[in-house]
Amino acid sequence: MTDHLVDVTDLAVDFPVGAPGSYVRAVDGVSFTLSAGRALGIVGESGSGKSTVAAALLGLHRGTGARLTGSVRVGGTDPATASPAALRALRGGTAAMVFQDPLSSLDPYHAIGDQIAEVYRVHTTATRRAARARAVEVLDRVGIPDAARRSRARPHEFSGGMRQRALIAMALACRPRLLVADEPTTALDVTVQAQILDLLHGLREEHGLALLLVTHDVGVAAESVDDLLVMREGRVVERGPVGEVLTTPTAAYTRALLAAVPRLDAAPNPAPPGGTPGRSPGEVEALGSGRSPGNGGRAGRGPAPQGNDTAPTLEATALRKEFGRGKRKVTAVEDVSLILHPGETLGIVGESGSGKSTLGRILVGLLPPTAGEVRHAGAAPATGIAPGAQMVFQDPVSSLNPRRSIGESIADPLRAAGERDGSAVRRRVEELLVRVGLEPGHYDRYPHEFSGGQRQRVGIARALAPRPRLIVCDEPVSALDVTTQAQVTALLAEIQRDLGIALVFIAHDLAVVRQVSDRVAVMRAGRVVEEGPVDEVYGRPAHPYTRRLLDAVPVLDPLLAARRRSARQEVYA
Amino acid sequence: MTGFVLKRLGSALLVLLALSVLVYALFYVAPGDPARLACGERCNPQQIAQVREQLGLNAPVVTQYLHFLQGLLAGRDYSGGAGLVLHCDAPCLGFSYQNDRQVTELLLERLPATLSLALGSLVIWLVVGVGTGLLSALRRGGPTERVLTVLTLAATGTPVFILGLLLLMAVCAYLQWLPFPTYVPFGEDPEQWAWNLLLPWVTLGVFESAKYARLTRSSTLETLAEDHIRTFRAYGVGERRIVTRHAVRGAVAPVIALSAVDFGTMIGGAVLTESLFGIPGLGKTLIDGVRVVDLPVVVGVVLAIGTAVVLAGAVADLLYALADRRVTLT
Repeated sequence: MTDHLVDVTDLAVDFPVGAPGSYVRAVDGVSFTLSAGRALGIVGESGSGKSTVAAALLGLHRGTGARLTGSVRVGGTDPATASPAALRALRGGTAAMVFQDPLSSLDPYHAIGDQIAEVYRVHTTATRRAARARAVEVLDRVGIPDAARRSRARPHEFSGGMRQRALIAMALACRPRLLVADEPTTALDVTVQAQILDLLHGLREEHGLALLLVTHDVGVAAESVDDLLVMREGRVVERGPVGEVLTTPTAAYTRALLAAVPRLDAAPNPAPPGGTPGRSPGEVEALGSGRSPGNGGRAGRGPAPQGNDTAPTLEATALRKEFGRGKRKVTAVEDVSLILHPGETLGIVGESGSGKSTLGRILVGLLPPTAGEVRHAGAAPATGIAPGAQMVFQDPVSSLNPRRSIGESIADPLRAAGERDGSAVRRRVEELLVRVGLEPGHYDRYPHEFSGGQRQRVGIARALAPRPRLIVCDEPVSALDVTTQAQVTALLAEIQRDLGIALVFIAHDLAVVRQVSDRVAVMRAGRVVEEGPVDEVYGRPAHPYTRRLLDAVPVLDPLLAARRRSARQEVYA
Repeated sequence: MTGFVLKRLGSALLVLLALSVLVYALFYVAPGDPARLACGERCNPQQIAQVREQLGLNAPVVTQYLHFLQGLLAGRDYSGGAGLVLHCDAPCLGFSYQNDRQVTELLLERLPATLSLALGSLVIWLVVGVGTGLLSALRRGGPTERVLTVLTLAATGTPVFILGLLLLMAVCAYLQWLPFPTYVPFGEDPEQWAWNLLLPWVTLGVFESAKYARLTRSSTLETLAEDHIRTFRAYGVGERRIVTRHAVRGAVAPVIALSAVDFGTMIGGAVLTESLFGIPGLGKTLIDGVRVVDLPVVVGVVLAIGTAVVLAGAVADLLYALADRRVTLT
């Protein structure tokens, strides 16, 4: 057993909650081994305990009040009981952690090179100058251009992808034998994600590092690991070589998880896994009606009703939006024209900073365009929020007022529209709650009592309240787990079919957009570089940028992933 | 950067202009006739009329205000009667009713005492306040923190004059370690200056440091809970180094920003301390001026304090941007 770099046996972690002496079990009986040069992926949805396992490898639970049982050995050291000196040597020296959010994981006050040098000096007797040189060396290795100069920059001067590279550089600095990467690409665009995964892959080959990759994205794991562990509610439900787990999953949960992953190729999505445990009855019931989102979304509705006589729900012409003045002027949206008909869904995809959210805000009238005009249902362009247009926001946590009951939040647009009759408002809100798969009794509950998926349902109910003709959804599912994602997109499709409203679906996830949209517009640097029916854009992308985006999307087939990785490396070489 | 300084200067001037209108209105809102006040109690109506003429009080209010502004910017002349002309140089705030001295001169004379007091207590509250705050952040949950919290609360809850009085009685009356303080200008005898200001410094510094202790403690704890601290823990960086190198930096920016503002306020705000220890500073001048309705002095001190606060605000912003490079000044 000692030949394994990492040896975890029967690990259980309990976190203290509420009253002293009461605990909740986050990880329950997890065992695995990992040898040098191998890569193990742990996948699971939020709350499955995957990050808790990763943190245990570095003894990060020490001093937090968490209770660990079972045994963990990393390079022969038990991080839970090691002496402080041995623990410090382990952390960063033997095993280095690459954290998730590269913005908050670096000290904003110090230069990046200094931070890496500091870590290096903790583990070596290097001089200040030598440590600084090592920092530049590793920054250069992870592909930071002009590393010597850029090492003096502070984190906020780096882009998200560069910060993630810097964190990997910090991990490499002390030549560890194990990299523990906790959601290393979650905050990144697909093209950057592909680069980071390629980098991790390259480092593994070059230095014979072992990699433990924790991710919620099965596609990310498929590309990067040899073996896979599927976790759910603290337990391992399935394990095996990645190809086997992904192609012939044995556990029902793994099958459900894989089925819920939106795919670029298969157009209609199979039914989302019903009865996902841990969700509230309301959410499950909504699923129980057993409709598949793909069918609801597109099939069965036929081609988008283009060219019919009714006025388009939305007509945007030559939109342009600038922020700032003079030298600081930034053009966020440039020359965008769109038409949207009733009952149609237009997907807008693009990477961060492409202007897709700004465009969405202009479409509902939250932002005035600098030039161009937006017409709703043929009406003259108006200023202010367009009547009949609503928005569903990304973050279902922060877009609901935590101090007001969800019923009150849903009632807001009704009251704003002039409804004064209290019992009528309540009736309508209860109707809406049922409509989105919640219960009328939820009126008086508060946002914190709901799961992420349920909160997004509340957001949708709020958007539906004033009976809009158009709903703009800005990343409506990107904060949700895949199974919940599938449920929410199914709900949107169903509502659209029943009410005939037009949807604008803004997302960075190309697969989700494909699943729900009739037409798709690809945005880059404020412009729409390609627009057309989904099958055409995804099947025969005309613009090179669209092709690059599609190539960067992780695929579930490890063999295909490897082929595409080598293709990418040839392109970049 | 230059743009920021210019913008800030512009808005500072606007604030001061508005303030000058307000305090000038004091002349008319305050009880009593300015001419009678200026002339003294034993003046007969003719003499009062003469003074009124000399001070230009017969002109319309707006004209008087413009004269006042002119005096501030370019200086002005007062006719002292019988062909005598009194000239008052550029930042002219008029003459004190009490002793006919130029107010500007008076303020300049009083400023060093106030600055001495403010600077010394600044040093004390930074050292004591930040030190206490850091210590209680490090020993959170332990007995040290509880003791420090009690002391901090006691210092916040004790009015500054009680604190000063207790110190005076203890140190000067009972223990007789120090003579009762009298203000000695720095230029005369730096050593005596320091010894005599020691008690006022401690009084004001300790009083203010309570606020800084709480600020430092909470912002250090906040920084310690941030993700980048977790990063350095996960890389084996020792706890002491994490606090001294990473957590403190997060606490520094708000502390220096607030210090600059407090320092500005202290130019006029240390009234109680100045009165208690008999320090001839601006605060004491203001109180004395108000007591005898010496309007030009009151107006002058208020404007001086306003200038100090506005400048301190701008300096606070600059320091904040220097401490936290993510902040860009526009």
